Amino acid sequence: MAAYTVTEMMICAAARILEDGATVAVGTGVPCAAAMLAQKTHAPNLVILFEAGGVSPILPEMPISVGDSRTIFKAAMASGMAEVMETCQRGMVDYCFLGGAQIDMFGNLNSTIIGPYEKPTVRLPGSGGANDFASFAWRTMVITPQDKRRFTNTMDFVTSPGFLKGGRSREEAGLPRGTGPYRVITNMAIMDFEPESRRMRVVSLHPGVTFDDVQASCGFELLRAGSLDVTPSPDAPTLGILRDEVDKYRYVIGK
Amino acid sequence: MESTRRGMGELLTDPDPDKAREFFRTQKKRAAVPKVTTVKEAVSRFVHDRDYLAIGGFGANRVPVAVCHEIVRQRRRNLGFLGHTSTHDFQILAAGEVFDRCDVAYVVGLEARGLSPNARRYLESGRVKCTENSNYGLALRIKAAAMGVPFLPGRSMMGTGTFDRSPCIQSTCPFTGQTLTLHPAIYPDVAAIHVHEADPLGNCRVRGISVADFELARASKRLIITCERLVSTDVIRQDPTATVIPFYLVDAVCEVPYGSYPGCMAYEYFSDEEHLREWLNAEKDPERLKAFLDRNIFGVADFNEYLALNGGVARMAHLRRKELLVQAAQE
Repeated sequence: MAAYTVTEMMICAAARILEDGATVAVGTGVPCAAAMLAQKTHAPNLVILFEAGGVSPILPEMPISVGDSRTIFKAAMASGMAEVMETCQRGMVDYCFLGGAQIDMFGNLNSTIIGPYEKPTVRLPGSGGANDFASFAWRTMVITPQDKRRFTNTMDFVTSPGFLKGGRSREEAGLPRGTGPYRVITNMAIMDFEPESRRMRVVSLHPGVTFDDVQASCGFELLRAGSLDVTPSPDAPTLGILRDEVDKYRYVIGK
Repeated sequence: MESTRRGMGELLTDPDPDKAREFFRTQKKRAAVPKVTTVKEAVSRFVHDRDYLAIGGFGANRVPVAVCHEIVRQRRRNLGFLGHTSTHDFQILAAGEVFDRCDVAYVVGLEARGLSPNARRYLESGRVKCTENSNYGLALRIKAAAMGVPFLPGRSMMGTGTFDRSPCIQSTCPFTGQTLTLHPAIYPDVAAIHVHEADPLGNCRVRGISVADFELARASKRLIITCERLVSTDVIRQDPTATVIPFYLVDAVCEVPYGSYPGCMAYEYFSDEEHLREWLNAEKDPERLKAFLDRNIFGVADFNEYLALNGGVARMAHLRRKELLVQAAQE
């Protein structure tokens, strides 16, 4: 079995979820690596969108910015922010990938501040396109390493909507029907959201990890699926493509 | 429409389209006359203390860096700022401490490169009044102004802190009963946009992504264009399909080759990641940052001197190769 890092595991697990022909909005870093890997393996017709306007590029290497010229390489169209966001708002984008400094049990994300809003301990960038993607994409995917501080019950700020307060609260707030968090992929496990309570639920454990390990690295109580899968390890050919073609300069997997 | 909920963020600009119409009628010179000038002169004439400023491009991509430097060099103060994925531009303007209020969608960060330590310090100091928005929200606010209407509706931001700290209003759609977020128009006092080609009158051509720049050009009361190359009006008129910003929106045209450096310019040159790293490293310590700014901004007369200081023609040729050889693989 090939040796791999947790970042490589997260990228491969995320790539596997993206089916051929799907539309996906990504940022830079791990999400972009996952989309590129999917495009170079089982999903050659994956349509990748970047919020700054790049539509359906065939990425030659990892972009540094979601607006740099790599994002329009061999693209179908170089457009603008409104074009891409409105494609999402019309319901034509299946997946988006987000991260954040904090996430709660309903998949709400914080990328705005740590500490009180008026006098923050840490000022983070803010929503960028995250709130829009989380509102519009059919399925929001979150890829993030997990620990007790990041997976928390006490969010300093809700930048981007998950299932808000759980249950039907997302729909009741007026966000488009049928949207919301779909999977959370961490260094330890894959979670989904239980359909009634909309609470985060562990569905798959990475090899060698137990449910108790995952719970111990989480600041809120996790639900547990009836039967837990073991996340498949990345195979050697996939790792080869990831290392040699997707991220040959080790921008993401080198870290 | 029945108002249901109001964000507590302050309106930093007036969304009234009649006031904007009045300005465009009486104060916007719409004549087709040559507007070629220097960046120094353009900033001196068109960017005033307390103005609300918008910068085109996308952070470190097709961004009018020379104008940002000049605003800092001329020590503008108390500006408002439109933070619509503002990265290297925000870093420069925060280093100059030129703004004291900001409509935030994405600031402080430089995407995959990390956070700007100095921009963080500036915002965490409490000296900058912020509102929160999403990127699409700000794109809609600019688009509303470009359309000449007071707001546009969208379907994001509901249920979040981003809405609570925004100047938006949630309302019920009179046709469907659905909840909408209403984004108030932003008419910036002044905007600067970097383009590939412009003629002396201000007709502009852009390649690659447009971000929200075409709407921004139409929304702004005054507009400074910097361009990689000046072209003749004959060239523009031979292919009017290529014009994305018409002359009557433009107040100043400045030819600034490599004007997006150290950012990327699609089909021209790639970003200078080493220089951007130098910026971030210098920011870790306020004294080092001061020396860095003295050297790169206050100690030079103009943008050409800044380019010369950071590798000049040889460095630009390297970045040009980096961009064109990858794009050439497309042929």
